[in-house]
Amino acid sequence: MTDIAIRVDKLGKMYRIGRAQQRHDTLRDVIGSWRLEVGDWVKRLRHSTSNLQPPTSNDTIWALRDVSFEVRRGEVVGIIGRNGAGKSTLLKILSRITEPTTGRAEIHGRVGSLLEVGTGFHPELTGRENIYLNGAILGMKKTEIDRQFDEIVAFAEIAQFLDTPVKRYSSGMYVRLAFAVAAHLEPEILLVDEVLAVGDAAFQKKCLGKMGDVAQEGRTILLVSHNMAAISGLSQRVATLDQGSLVIFADPASAIGKYLRLSESTSTPLLSDLHNRRGEGPIRFTSFHCEGPDGTVVTHLVSGQYTKLVLGFSVSPDVNPENLLSVVVAIAVYDSAGYKLTNLSNHYFQPFEMSPSSGQFMCEIERLPLRSGQYVLELYCQANGLVSDWIHDVQGFEVSDGDYYETGRITYANQGAVFLDHAWSVNTVHEAPAGASSRGADDSQKS
Amino acid sequence: MAEIDSAPTVVIQPSRGWAALQLRTVWEYRELLYFLVWRDIKVRYKQTALGVAWIILQPVVSMVIFSLLFGQLLDVPSGGVPYPIFAYAALLPWNYFAGALTRSSQSLVGSAHLITKVYFPRLIIPISGVVSGLVDFAIAFLVLIGLMVYYGVTPTLAVLLLPAFLLLAVLTALGFGLWLGALNVRFRDVNYLVPFLVQVWMYITPVIYGSTLIPERFRFLLALNPMTGVVEGFRWALLGAQLAEAQPPGAMLIVPIAISLLVLFSGALFFRRTERTFADII
Repeated sequence: MTDIAIRVDKLGKMYRIGRAQQRHDTLRDVIGSWRLEVGDWVKRLRHSTSNLQPPTSNDTIWALRDVSFEVRRGEVVGIIGRNGAGKSTLLKILSRITEPTTGRAEIHGRVGSLLEVGTGFHPELTGRENIYLNGAILGMKKTEIDRQFDEIVAFAEIAQFLDTPVKRYSSGMYVRLAFAVAAHLEPEILLVDEVLAVGDAAFQKKCLGKMGDVAQEGRTILLVSHNMAAISGLSQRVATLDQGSLVIFADPASAIGKYLRLSESTSTPLLSDLHNRRGEGPIRFTSFHCEGPDGTVVTHLVSGQYTKLVLGFSVSPDVNPENLLSVVVAIAVYDSAGYKLTNLSNHYFQPFEMSPSSGQFMCEIERLPLRSGQYVLELYCQANGLVSDWIHDVQGFEVSDGDYYETGRITYANQGAVFLDHAWSVNTVHEAPAGASSRGADDSQKS
Repeated sequence: MAEIDSAPTVVIQPSRGWAALQLRTVWEYRELLYFLVWRDIKVRYKQTALGVAWIILQPVVSMVIFSLLFGQLLDVPSGGVPYPIFAYAALLPWNYFAGALTRSSQSLVGSAHLITKVYFPRLIIPISGVVSGLVDFAIAFLVLIGLMVYYGVTPTLAVLLLPAFLLLAVLTALGFGLWLGALNVRFRDVNYLVPFLVQVWMYITPVIYGSTLIPERFRFLLALNPMTGVVEGFRWALLGAQLAEAQPPGAMLIVPIAISLLVLFSGALFFRRTERTFADII
């Protein structure tokens, strides 16, 4: 018996986008395209003896191409990549929902796949009935569901609504029930697609906990997620896909790093082209970018990591050097809702004294305290008490949740805007109750 | 863990050509079939005022209308038995067949959310569409028993063959349902074709008339329709004793059975061949 759970060998999946668009063909369309296809066949027969190679024309797209990897038994593997990178296609092939176009995969063990929670839920049926129906659809045996029924109900916290049709459930209850069934699947190999994105924060936490338990039990898990914190917290190895190809399959830190670099936009915006600015001073911002811990340019930051914000500037050559003696620079950070989170400025420390030449202002943040999200900046520069340059709504950066507290614990979404350093302790007080009641208390402790 | 050592190995690779039917896999998923059928039945008459009464109402109302129109006004010969029971004995399997065919041909498209998210043998879906109609059939059958008592029709031993005719109806519905269901995934034309097909099919099947109404030399054409065998078989098995031209449908049955099995087998093969693209094009 091998210790390999999943072996994927040069797997590829081609879609015909032309056909995918007109999903509901009518006979007329198809008779038209049959003529083309027949022509295609004739051509292929004539030109190549081996027609194993599918047609590669403009209306086809490779959602997955030449992907090979092996997953060991009991390993938890994360799969990350941008939208359209092929993550879901890979899971669909491995769960036998769709066939690959090329290549081959071997799976040793009973597979349970969870591409969606609540698949097959029927709104007219009660919670109890849907547990059985959904369980059967996910591949559980009836005896298995019977055995776990009480646990599922308790996990979903819906005991009093068990005999209510699920169409009367709140969306939270619905999702909890759906996840509860899924979380009690007991396959040897579990394929999970971005299902952690549902439910309220408390329930998400519970689900992640349950997943962690599953991993502890030695099951093999393939997990697709955009939640980098969850991926790095749960996975032993991570595969990064990009445009259908596997670019790296390594430890979480390297694979996530690679993914973040892939997400970089290649060009940083030139601030000198922006016109929505105030101030006519001698110092003008020309560029903005962020640098990661290793000094490379990044647009995608991770909470808890060392981050350097770099503002390029130029100084007009005909400036009076006297006016550069007290230069204040500020970067205000706004969240995507337009709420100003903080203002970073040398004003709180020491204004710069500068010479008339171009250069860079640099602001270092030892551990980035921002939570995941998109951030917008406001840039401000003042020289000798006068506004020199002031730009609003500058495209800032994107942040992913990371291990801010360096404890290896997963952080969850929707838990506020920033991380704060803090410490916890507990103080237990053993205070003897006053008067006659003290005896009673002592007695009860003994008994 | 012994469980892991016995773990099955699944090989996933592109398949070409005709695929095996893999009825064993279908059997392994019989619990899912059971739950899908159970869901269909459970949900079908939810939030209706009359509920299960619809199962009885539909054939009974058809029977009354047919009796008035064809029995009374047009005086269609009913072989010596009262027209209402003559019509009902045929309507019973016919309604089952029409419902089963319609459901199974629309079942795959109706289950798109399952097909794109979960793996299981896709054959389960049209099969469940055919099976779930049997409950309606059983309830409507009670009315027939009532009619037989009312009209004083005593069944003969031939009634024991009734399940065989019912099975023929099931297999015929499944055979055509597999073809139409698989085609429907790609061509939504099937959705419009099926109601029309069912209507026309009823007229070419001796439901409201007996096959004796058709001139002798054309009667072989009726045999090409498997449902002729079913409907005439039902009449013979139930009313045989009273039927004027009671003839065991011997030779008349060979052709319908052969055609039905041919359609079923080819439908299953076609279904298995096309099912690999269902998730991509549905």
